[in-house]
Amino acid sequence: MQGLLLVLLQNIYFNTVMIIIRKIFLVVFTIGLMVACSSSSDDGPSGKTDNFDRGALLTNLADNIIIPAFEDLKTKLSALDIARTSFVNDKNQSNLEALSDAWLEAYKTWQYVEMFNIGKAEERGGEEFGFVSFFNIHPLTVSDVQNASANGNYDLDSANFHDAQGFPALDFLIHGVADSDVEAIDKFTSNASKDGYAKYLLDVINQMSTLNNSILSDWKNNYRSTFVNGTSNSVTSSLNKIVNDFIFYYEKLLRAKKIGTPAGNFSNAPLPETVEAFYKKDVSKDLALIGLKAAQDFYNGKQYNGASTGESFKTYLEFLDRNDLAILINTRFDNARQKIQVLDNNFVNQINTDNTKMTEAYDALQLAVVNLKIDMIQAFGVVVDFTDADGD
Amino acid sequence: MSDKNTATFFYMMKFDVKTYLNQTTNAAPLAVFRIAFGVMMCFSIIRFWYHGWIETLYIQPKFHFSYYGFEWIKPLGDCTYLLFVICGLASIFVALGFKYKIAIITFFLSFTYIELMDKTTYLNHYYFISLLSFLMIFIPANAHFSVDNLLRKKTYTEVPKWTIDSIKLLLGMVYFYAGLAKLNSDWLLKAQPLKIWLPSKYDLPFIGDTLMHQNWFHFAMSWSGALYDLTIPFLLLYRKTRVFAFVLVVIFHVFTRVLFPIGMFPFIMIVSTLIFFEAGFHQKIISFLRRVINKVSLRAQSRNRTSITITEKFNVKRQRVVLPIIIMFFCIQLLFPFRYLLYPNELFWTEEGYRFSWRVMLMEKMGIATFKIVNGKTGEFFYVDNKDFLTPFQEKQMSFQPDFILEYAHYLGNHFKSQGHKNVQVFVESYVALNGRLSRPFIDKTVDLLAEKESFKPKHWILPFTDDIKGL
Repeated sequence: MQGLLLVLLQNIYFNTVMIIIRKIFLVVFTIGLMVACSSSSDDGPSGKTDNFDRGALLTNLADNIIIPAFEDLKTKLSALDIARTSFVNDKNQSNLEALSDAWLEAYKTWQYVEMFNIGKAEERGGEEFGFVSFFNIHPLTVSDVQNASANGNYDLDSANFHDAQGFPALDFLIHGVADSDVEAIDKFTSNASKDGYAKYLLDVINQMSTLNNSILSDWKNNYRSTFVNGTSNSVTSSLNKIVNDFIFYYEKLLRAKKIGTPAGNFSNAPLPETVEAFYKKDVSKDLALIGLKAAQDFYNGKQYNGASTGESFKTYLEFLDRNDLAILINTRFDNARQKIQVLDNNFVNQINTDNTKMTEAYDALQLAVVNLKIDMIQAFGVVVDFTDADGD
Repeated sequence: MSDKNTATFFYMMKFDVKTYLNQTTNAAPLAVFRIAFGVMMCFSIIRFWYHGWIETLYIQPKFHFSYYGFEWIKPLGDCTYLLFVICGLASIFVALGFKYKIAIITFFLSFTYIELMDKTTYLNHYYFISLLSFLMIFIPANAHFSVDNLLRKKTYTEVPKWTIDSIKLLLGMVYFYAGLAKLNSDWLLKAQPLKIWLPSKYDLPFIGDTLMHQNWFHFAMSWSGALYDLTIPFLLLYRKTRVFAFVLVVIFHVFTRVLFPIGMFPFIMIVSTLIFFEAGFHQKIISFLRRVINKVSLRAQSRNRTSITITEKFNVKRQRVVLPIIIMFFCIQLLFPFRYLLYPNELFWTEEGYRFSWRVMLMEKMGIATFKIVNGKTGEFFYVDNKDFLTPFQEKQMSFQPDFILEYAHYLGNHFKSQGHKNVQVFVESYVALNGRLSRPFIDKTVDLLAEKESFKPKHWILPFTDDIKGL
């Protein structure tokens, strides 16, 4: 009798518990459903029910910024080559100055292209800096240029010559004075290896043009569609890569190479000889300001050489409800610009007279690195590096 | 209560504990658990090797982050591979139940050594494996269906009930504590960090562009995640909800596996939960395995039939020593996750008492830390490029965890001293962003970290967290 009662009690107990558990799940499920329905009708105006069009973002970057910039660099490099031909045909000071002007124009345009180490550009085997290795590694190793011009023994594709070509090499050839000379022009007129120098000048410009043409035509005929369709979130998708390339440019090439390294932020003493356009002397500030403008325009999705804007990192942040961050990043850029504007046109002078202004500019640039590298990356949920170890 | 009643009460208690300790249960679940554990661990080791992680995580880095008090544990150069071989072999021996005691001790020691080599790779589930393998040292998992049975010509059908229960308790604790940790305002009221993580999975098929960016979905996942962790141990314990609970376990872990790069962990948890099932289920698995083995080897067949005596109950040797160890183990486990209460600042910000507490997937935290080497006399300084000393993974982990920052600062200080730099001081300029908040300065940049020592005391040089996260 007692046993029977126990079994009965047990059964009642189990059944009650089951009913309670079923009820709990029903309630949770219903609440979930209610939240689902109410929130999808509430969210109308903010456009949250539609996903962000990452394809439109990439299309804007490709069609209105990247391809036009490469296109313009092509034009400027052609003009540079024409100026070179004129100079070689008639080696006088005014032709050299015309060559210098063409060089500066191309160098300025290059600032808009430097961050796009993607597609064909990164396939050239330029190591850490990608295609920048063939355009803008400074400081230049002058002895390599002089020896190569003297003995004709060089291979611009080899890693040994990354720091002996591109704009810095042209800077030296056009503005610098070779060891035994008095004037810059002497290299081409009176120097023992004047023919070698002319040939080196030709080869460096050819290398740049050839590379730029192949990158540009690949963008137009082939890579553009890959790029605009690469909207997924993986280490190899073009969206992730362009985010990483942008930050890499801003941190390593703009902040460090243009300002930090010459100011001695990474060494025991300042290294003024590492500034961009060291031989031209008076344009390092201009180039840095253009480099910053290029980064900011890209961030805002602003058309190359135009005023209209489209989908961009900024609008993506706004979509993700991070207006605070979207605005803050522009403020950081603006503050950095102010700190650069007060510097001497020639960073070498600035470093030798008052280097603290240089380090202040560096600090202002660094603040934007923090927001780009931590806050923006976090908001986008982008994979930053290639570490694929497990998480938990 | 009168004295007499008290005495009776304690007598009853003692009696109950005694009867409980004398209770036995079928040995099959334990045998299946042992096999599954060994196989999974072996597979994990192979997978780790296959991905090249031994090289990239333990051999390539110039510098390794140590646990406080375990600085003497370092990777062994190329011998690190040998360590993994030993660990892998031990796990196979565990699966076979061959020299079980030695095998599980070897596994525990080698696995734990591997985990202590560099705290950059700390994961809660590695810690779980270390604890579980420690516990298994004291549990007769080779009592049934093992090679040891053949060697000793003795097999057991029953084991003490507490042995299986202690595995269930550890599993249940992991879930329940993970659930408790989710009871905070970021998780429940802001749906963070899922609000950051889920939308970034926009490229998943079907759910990518329909669910992942929905506000209600972030909250639904946060709340159901917490509810799941808190209730699942009980749903698994109770017979009538067990199958339902197991379905939940599978759905939950498969879903997290799809969303996050968490490797083997989901599979380990799914298989481990099978221990909650009744003996009949496990006996079926064993008889299936038996049939497979018999088909493969005739010798096993003959041996099986002839020479093994079946003994009913396995008696744990030295139970008087073993039980106090296990009770101590669980007491420590129950208290240790609450040690964070001894620290004054926000746990998520300072991470003092964060690890080893089943705090899983609670934070989206990123930082940037720039180290400044200063000559204290002249004021001359330069910044360090972290890439010169750390792997990207180490740099990432270092940049938001104060104990990493301090250890690295000391490493840098010693490095530059040995290079002949004088009056070396090390400062750090660092920023950290936590759960969707804007990044903020993290470490006091006026403090010379070279003058600070690691200890269990609160770190005064961590800047205060300006927001408030409420909850456990």
